[in-house]
Amino acid sequence: MINENSKNYVIEVEGLVKKFGSFVANDNLSFFVEKGEIFGFLGANGAGKTTTIKILCGLLQPTSGKIRVAGCDVYTQTEAIKRQIGYMSQRFSLYEDLTINENFRFYGGIYGMNKAAIREKAEMMLEQLQLSDFKNSLISTLPLGIKQKLSFSIAIMHSPQIVFLDEPTGGVDPITRRQFWEMIYETAASGITVFATTHYMDEAEYCDRISIMVDGRIEAMDTPQNLKNQYQAIDMNEVFLKLARKAM
Amino acid sequence: MKRFVIKEFLHIFRDVRSMIILFGMPLIQVLLFGYAITNEIKDARISVIDHSMDYASQAVTKRLYASGYFLEGEHIGSTQQIEESFRKGENKMVVVIGQDFARKLESGNHPAIHLIADASDPNTANLLVSYASGIITAYSREIFLPENIPVIVPESRMLYNPDLRGVYMFVPGIITILLMLVSAMMTSIAIAREKELGTMEVLLVSPLKPLHIVAGKVLPYVLLSFINATAILLLSYFVFGVPVHGNLLLLLGESLLFILLALSLGIFISTVSNNQQTALMLSMFALMLPTILLSGFVFPIENMPDILQWISLAMPPRWFITIIKSIMIKGSGIEFIWKETLILVVMTMIFILASVKKFKIRLE
Repeated sequence: MINENSKNYVIEVEGLVKKFGSFVANDNLSFFVEKGEIFGFLGANGAGKTTTIKILCGLLQPTSGKIRVAGCDVYTQTEAIKRQIGYMSQRFSLYEDLTINENFRFYGGIYGMNKAAIREKAEMMLEQLQLSDFKNSLISTLPLGIKQKLSFSIAIMHSPQIVFLDEPTGGVDPITRRQFWEMIYETAASGITVFATTHYMDEAEYCDRISIMVDGRIEAMDTPQNLKNQYQAIDMNEVFLKLARKAM
Repeated sequence: MKRFVIKEFLHIFRDVRSMIILFGMPLIQVLLFGYAITNEIKDARISVIDHSMDYASQAVTKRLYASGYFLEGEHIGSTQQIEESFRKGENKMVVVIGQDFARKLESGNHPAIHLIADASDPNTANLLVSYASGIITAYSREIFLPENIPVIVPESRMLYNPDLRGVYMFVPGIITILLMLVSAMMTSIAIAREKELGTMEVLLVSPLKPLHIVAGKVLPYVLLSFINATAILLLSYFVFGVPVHGNLLLLLGESLLFILLALSLGIFISTVSNNQQTALMLSMFALMLPTILLSGFVFPIENMPDILQWISLAMPPRWFITIIKSIMIKGSGIEFIWKETLILVVMTMIFILASVKKFKIRLE
């Protein structure tokens, strides 16, 4: 129900359906995400997570449903939405044959930031990542974990309202993953809403709220603690397995 | 947009392979075709059987050997030995001069002179005969101006290429191939790379419009292809002495049109291929082979079976080769090539429209 209180919601989804031919990828999804929230979007491969993210980013047209992102309608205001969001895909969004600085300049440029703003933001972000000395290094020479953190920094350099992370931590070691989630906490604390998909169940514990998708439907949605209580599980992994088994 | 173009240039300059394709290839191709793989003849061994032994027949003989195309091969005394000499590979061609050569020439009674060539290599044979005919005709014209008694009717191909230089034929073909290669193949690969690496998704999520993405990817290649075309023209002019008889601006303008056509083809290819490998293969088979085989560059279109002739009508390079040959060698103006130009314009528009339709804003 979209009502007067919806002002705090940056993502509003009601009855989202997406069909590819006769296949239903998203079956009547409804959820609301608050500003500054870390919202985890969980599910097995092929459960329909990526489809949902693409619809929210304006890359896919939904079949039906009422969907608003950053206050804009996904059917008619995709251009406005695109300016308000950041996106980090499961594959790298950095250009390997460009340096760190050149990547910042390119991505800042396509979001319409001016030179001074890009330089200021890039310096600040590299300072935080302790990468200032490497700003002229080619991306291809950097380790995987650092590339991932840089990808994330670049996804939020234009200060979007929401940042979408599509399985951002695939193939990264647990320590780097932990550091990565610290960056996510800081980002959320600064008021940017984080919408992340993952299939690492330990990561789910870091989220404020999670929804678990099975076969195109949202089977459960709550805080990690509440879900564990509800399903009498010791960790999220168990919650997930119980839900997945129910589906079979 | 500006950032995009800068980034694209950085990609090109950082990638050794791209740089080689872009700048090494034209150089090597022009030099190779110009020097090594020419089908012009140098130092072909021939023999003359002279039944007249008068001043005219000896002058003709001397001219043949002095031309630089022919060397004196194994001497043959009679026509019976010709076949054996060919089989042994001693001679490539034998010139037989009939009796009373000078007298017949003076009285205008077509004197007999036969050119017998080893046609196991038809191209060479054809060329040898043409060369020799040219030399003999030139001689007869010199002596009997202005009557112009043709001793042997020369092949029409010498009309615009009196020196019979192969490089005249190759330069237009090479320009065409290289523009096709650089423009179409490189753009299709560059766009497919963004898809393969997943950066295309990020670009599509950004506020950039698809048109901007495509334009940003293509602009650097327009510039580089244009520089390339100019470089080839300069190279062929200064190294091989190939002239540009027609309007240089017209030539460059037509080149630009063809570059746009090739780029739109490249974009079209990239919309149907999801990775660099596919883009490369498609460019190879869909562009390179038809360009080389069906454009009239290597094989004359008139000699093809009807079906292939019909197919060659749809090959952009065919029209472009005609255009630049006309401008460079015949010095034609736009009034002679507007039809070909129009065909290229229409093809370009078709490909651009098709690409825009196929280029997906939403990654369905």
